[in-house]
This record gives sequence, C-alpha cells and structure tokens, in this order.
Amino acid sequence: MATKSLKGRQKDLAETNRQLEILSGGPFETGELPYFRDKLEESRQAPLRPRKLEILQINLGYMCNQVCEHCHVDAGPDRKEIMTRETMEQCLDVIRKTEAHTLDLTGGAPEMNPDFRWFVEEASKAGVADFIVRSNLTIIRANKKYHDLPEFFARHNVHVVSSLPHYTRGKTDKQRGDGVFDKSIEALRALNQVGYGMPGSPLKLDLVYNPSGAFLPADQDSLERDFKKALKDDFGISFHHLFTITNLPIARFLDYLIASENYEDYMTALVDAYNPEAVKNVMCTNTLSVSWDGWLYDCDFNQMLGLKVASKVKHIADYREDVLQDREIVISQHCYGCTAGAGSSCQGAVA
Amino acid sequence: MESNYYDPADLRKFGKITEWSEDLGKKFFEYYGKVFEEGALSAREKSLIALAVAHVVKCPYCIDAYTKDGLQRGITKEEMMEAVHTGAAIESGATLVHAVQMMNKYNKLSM
Repeated sequence: MATKSLKGRQKDLAETNRQLEILSGGPFETGELPYFRDKLEESRQAPLRPRKLEILQINLGYMCNQVCEHCHVDAGPDRKEIMTRETMEQCLDVIRKTEAHTLDLTGGAPEMNPDFRWFVEEASKAGVADFIVRSNLTIIRANKKYHDLPEFFARHNVHVVSSLPHYTRGKTDKQRGDGVFDKSIEALRALNQVGYGMPGSPLKLDLVYNPSGAFLPADQDSLERDFKKALKDDFGISFHHLFTITNLPIARFLDYLIASENYEDYMTALVDAYNPEAVKNVMCTNTLSVSWDGWLYDCDFNQMLGLKVASKVKHIADYREDVLQDREIVISQHCYGCTAGAGSSCQGAVA
Repeated sequence: MESNYYDPADLRKFGKITEWSEDLGKKFFEYYGKVFEEGALSAREKSLIALAVAHVVKCPYCIDAYTKDGLQRGITKEEMMEAVHTGAAIESGATLVHAVQMMNKYNKLSM
C-alpha cells in the first residue's frame, strides 16, 4: 500500500484535468457507453438542478493520518491543504444564516485541522439540527491529543459518521492499511463507552461502508444487518445505521481501476445500473460542498475534480443561497457512481 | 472472427442474445432475474449456490459474475471457497458413486 497521496508521488492522475479526460474518453468517446448527460436526457432528467438546500458539507482539509487505497480526496499525511480560521469565519457566517438543517464536516481527517475544535464549538452554537463529523476512527487512537474526541463530540452533540469497509480485519486492512481494523475497533469501543451508537441513545453513530474493490455495494439494509450482527457478536460494538457508498471513479480509486484493468468493466457496471429513481434524490440536488479554501461545489466529488459551481457565486465569501439555488449542476461520467442501483450519497443509498 | 473461445468482455454483451430472438431472450432474462430475487432462499444463499454450480459447469463467465456478486453482497472468500468445495464434493461424489456400478459389474462377471 502507498504511503503517499497521488499528489505526493507526482502521479499523472493527481491532475484533475487528466482525470476528466479519462472520464470523457475510452468507452464514452467510442460510443460504447453513453455520456451521463445523454442518459439524463433519455430519462428526461436533464439538466440537473438543485432542490431545497439541506446539507452544507465543509471540507476542513486534505490532510489525513491514513492513505486509503480508494480515497476520492487523495488525502494523506503529505497533503498540506488545510482550512484557515479566516475561511472558517466565513463558513460560520453562512452556517448562522443558511436554511440547511445539516452541517457535515469532512476531510481528510477533519480533526487534524488545528482549529477543528474551535470551529466545532462555534458551529454548534449556531444550532443546526444535525451536526455531522466524518471521522475515520483511527484518528481517535492515533495520538494522545485525540483520545478525548469521543467526549468532545458528545459535549457538542456531534453526529459521528465513520468509515469501516468491513467487519473483518482482512478486508479492512487491505483497503485502509495494516492495523486500521484493530484501531477502528478500539475507537468504536471508546465511542460506545460515552454512549455513541447505543440503542436509543441520542448520540448518533453511523458507519459508512464502501466496497473494497471494483464492485458495487450490496443492499444497504442487508449489509447493515450483517455488520450489526458481526460487530455485536465478535466485539460487543453497537452503532445506529450503515450507509453504503459506491466508490466513484476519481482520484485514487480511478488510479486503482486503471492499474488493475477494471476500469471499463466498472464503468459498464455503473452505467448498466443507472437508476432514474436514484437521480431524483442524488445528493448534489440538496447539498453544497465547500473546499478548504472556500470554493463552492455541487458535491465533494466535483470538488476533487476541480469543477466549481456554475453560478455567479463561487466562493463562500460571496455566499448567497438564492443565487446559488438558481444553477445547473456540473456533471461528468463520475456521476454514474451516485445513480447506480439504489444510488449513493454521503448519507448512503437514496432510492 | 475472434481468436479466443472465451473473452471476458463478452460477459458484458450477454444481453445482446435477445437481439436475435427477442421473445425467448426476454423470457429467459425475466426468469433469470426472478430466480435470484429474495424468496424462500435469500438472494445471498442463491448467489453461493450459483457460484458452486458455475464451477461445476465450468463456466468462466458465471465464475466472474458470481465472484463479483458475492463480493458485492459482502460474502467472504472463505464462504465462497466452501461453496466451491460443496460443488466439487457433489461432482466427485457423482463420479465415485458410479464405482458401485463398477463393483456390481465386477462381482457379476467374476466367479
């Protein structure tokens, strides 16, 4: 497993333009597979436009203690892009006036931002209904200074959403690195101890599953049953819900697909599983994504591809919800990842 | 003409068989889809049965398809291998049970 990001390794695919070229070339260029726009038109859903804004997702930086093989952010310890307090202030201004009911902090490992705790404290005062922090779990055990994160999260009524690719050690470590599974289990125990994920507890702990390879996730409900049983029986761990997320063909997952010669089959599987019902609830229609440097995107994936919102307002400093609502969503072939089967979003299946 | 009897890319084209015989093709895929739905057996159990049969009938397309299907369903590699052994056991059992016929014939012909 690599210990550096694609960017750190100066790989071709660290360039977003190269990724976009690949996503529009190959089987799409030859006509073997339809472009996403054509597929939307076929199901009479083009162009994609936002509905009511529900989720404001803020990326606090690309630095991470892990270098997961599938990471769409290309995050890692060598990434230095970190949100400054000044940009956080601009975000707070927006959080105080937005109509969105959910604030969703992500990264990298958002906890590694030096102003993370200050930002959470300030943001929690704004009183959003659902305040999510996406934690990779191992960060809680990575260093003593993070050991009290479960208590910190609980104090601010943070909803913890954590990735765990599988309930077995082998599959987890293969995707996320050696030792990740054991550390994740320790972190889940620490979260359970303060009440997170316990039946009936208001401290919400949800897990995210994404396939460890070139295949689509199974039915969310049946995987949730499997995860709940295995984690309870084997480790005494409880959690609330499991969200299944399809790996999108960008950044390190795209690199993996190409290197393992799975790219064409994977894209075919995504196109074959195109579901107009999933398009109706695709997350870009109710979410805005803010990057570490304050730029606005239709989703986290577009952020990683450098595809800013198609609006006069492009930066958090100029934020105007009414202007942003009146835009077309920027699409490319990676969008098939969110519309396949039961659909996929940061909140799991959508259809 | 293709230079190989089996091409992994052909699996993606399976649906095209309908083009040359629409009615039968459609009926087949409808039946196929129905068989693999949740029923008295779970879709997960059916996936493992399909994987075992895929090996017994030695269909490389089916092996690709049901290995991937198993991964999607969160089926572990240990479960998959046990399913293949189940198929292999029945297959070798089917060979070996004929040994009774051999023994019967041997005994009948021998003084």
